[in-house]
Amino acid sequence: MNTAEFRLPDLGEGLTSAELVSWRVDVGDTITLDQVIADVESAKALVELPSPYAGMVTDLLVEPGATVPVGAPIIRITTAESAEPAPPSVLVGYGPQASHSSRRRRHVPQTMHQDGETAPTHTRRMASAMTSSARAPQATVFVTVDVTASMDLLAKLRNSAPFENISVTPLTLAAKSLVTAIASSPEVNSTWDEQSGSSVKHPHVNLGIAVASDRGLLVPNIKDADTLSLLDLARSINELTATARAGRTDTPHLTGGTVTITNVGVFGVDGGVPLLNPGEAAILCLGAVNERPWVVDGLIEIRSVVTLSVTFDHRGVDGRQAAEFLSLVAAMLEDPAVLLAHL
Amino acid sequence: MIDNLDYPVQLLQPDGARVCRTEYDRLIADLGPTEYISLYRDMVISRRIDTAAVALQRQGEIGLWAPLLGQEAAQVGSARALKPDDFAFVSYREHAVAYCRGVPPEVLTHMWRGCSHSAWDPNQFNVTNPAIVVGSQGLHATGYALGAHLDGAEIATIAYFGDGATSQGDIAEALGFAASFRAGVVFFCQNNQWAISEPVSLQSRTPISHRADGYGIPSFRVDGNDVLAVLAVTRAALAHAREGSGPTFIEAITCRMGPHTTSDDPSRYRSDTDMAEWRRRDPITRMRAFLERRGILDETADAEISTAAEDVAARLRHATLETPDPPPSTLFEHVYTGPHPLIEHEREQHREYLASFDDQEAMS
Ligand SMILES: Cc1ncc(C[n+]2csc(CCOP(=O)(O)OP(=O)(O)O)c2C)c(N)n1
Repeated sequence: MNTAEFRLPDLGEGLTSAELVSWRVDVGDTITLDQVIADVESAKALVELPSPYAGMVTDLLVEPGATVPVGAPIIRITTAESAEPAPPSVLVGYGPQASHSSRRRRHVPQTMHQDGETAPTHTRRMASAMTSSARAPQATVFVTVDVTASMDLLAKLRNSAPFENISVTPLTLAAKSLVTAIASSPEVNSTWDEQSGSSVKHPHVNLGIAVASDRGLLVPNIKDADTLSLLDLARSINELTATARAGRTDTPHLTGGTVTITNVGVFGVDGGVPLLNPGEAAILCLGAVNERPWVVDGLIEIRSVVTLSVTFDHRGVDGRQAAEFLSLVAAMLEDPAVLLAHL
Repeated sequence: MIDNLDYPVQLLQPDGARVCRTEYDRLIADLGPTEYISLYRDMVISRRIDTAAVALQRQGEIGLWAPLLGQEAAQVGSARALKPDDFAFVSYREHAVAYCRGVPPEVLTHMWRGCSHSAWDPNQFNVTNPAIVVGSQGLHATGYALGAHLDGAEIATIAYFGDGATSQGDIAEALGFAASFRAGVVFFCQNNQWAISEPVSLQSRTPISHRADGYGIPSFRVDGNDVLAVLAVTRAALAHAREGSGPTFIEAITCRMGPHTTSDDPSRYRSDTDMAEWRRRDPITRMRAFLERRGILDETADAEISTAAEDVAARLRHATLETPDPPPSTLFEHVYTGPHPLIEHEREQHREYLASFDDQEAMS
């Protein structure tokens, strides 16, 4: 007597799993070689599975309806004699059981560089933040918008007395638009609570600003950013980024953010798909503002154009909400009068 | 001889009744009870090889298989018409052709298990190994036939391909070339109704055999589920080639009753009712009915055939499970006939790569 296990083979040239639709045999049944034991559906076909052993069924290891990885045992059969050489594992190289221990690399080939040290703390902090970010199902929407009017406005502000010595940039206006638009889209300023399965909206906006510092990526936040005037917001951004670059940001400013803005445009790229700061429902990404040919009233003109994107937590925010939110931010940057109207 | 009528040549009706067509009857006049039984036996064994291989695929013992179910008469009838010196170029479904050429059934799964690029020596059995490239067989066969002609050999060459392959440029080129140079090649098209999920009606607006007309190649349409008719027509075509009269084209009308390959699900593109009519025309049932009508198939012969089929299936199964995995280094052995610096370099790189794994034993 001998107990044999049949592992699910790759039924169709490179598949990694299949659904066990139904069993054709029961525990206790005596079966013959090649007798059909189950119906299995892969991505390619619904097929009958013939038994590689003759004997008695002792265990059915998988429930009908279950998706089984290739290589997983599905049935145990007690065979009468051990004459038939037991096939060790399924032929093809997929699935957990099929991977042979000899397949593990002993050492990394010399051509690959490894410096042996653990990464600096800030890199590890970023790695762990991004890993926990990946828990949230995220999606991203984009819009490209003509911001010539905003650029004109910024030029005027830079020459005005209140903004003397304060850097005011597209990021400042985007941040102001973001915190203002949240009043119309509160779900964007929320945290998804896994326990209760609900989205918890924050009463205030703590605006995180992604800062590339010598000590890596930091996301300090401005408390109650929605209550600040444009001038105060600009001042806060200036202070926050200066402190972060100097490596002096305190813990309170590094925790409690509710929504984030990231300005990848300063690195010269057109835009990006940012990952959420863990615990937040949205991150706005600002690309580089560049002069582009743009259609205005049926004519091609040179305009200042930018691509904006919003990555959102798809558990608490849906695509329509994210798109409406991003469209409003874009409208504010396209025409500052829209921003004014929402203040 | 040209027989390109829309009504295909048939010598056996689906119920096993023998139809008389004098010009074809004389081509198989030498057949007696022993030959009839032996044709039937080859078809039964071919089908058993096929079902055994499908089961082996479902059990993870081979990676893929292209079932021939339903095409036994087309393959056995044509292959049995070949003389030992004739040469057959096959595609991937002609397991019965290989079997009839004398290839041991035990090696039929080697390639499909990924254990060999060439499971048998083509020159030993005068049949190629399975080739997946659709339509390439036409060109290879034409070249071989021309070569044989230059050598003064009185042989015929046969190219096996499907209805879908007739849409390939390779087949068009082969037909043109063979016609121009009167190559002694038989283009044997198994019109099995499907090219994966494409029905033959999409493949050709005319009966496939009519295509040969445009090249000036004589053609036949034959009931591909009638082993006697296929044998007769193929004998005629091969004789035409051997005597130096040039190429011929045979369209054997049959049906691939199973999936295209073990990865395919035919229920997604054809209905069971489509298949009912073809089941009625099953080539093996038909030949069996003929044998029974003539009282040729007694119980002893019947039992002997079943036992032989089971025996072949068991041998195939056993051999498949026992096939040793080739060492990876064999990959480098068959690229060039002699040593080559690039291959030597790659072989060395591969050896170093393997040396970076833990268990050397399992890798060698
Ligand atoms: C040159 C080339 N193109 C495409 C394929 C993919 N392919 C594999 S089989 C097949 C269908 C062939 O149908 P048919 O010639 O009717 O032969 P059958 O499979 O029906 O025997 C195709 C398109 C291939 N193997 N080679």
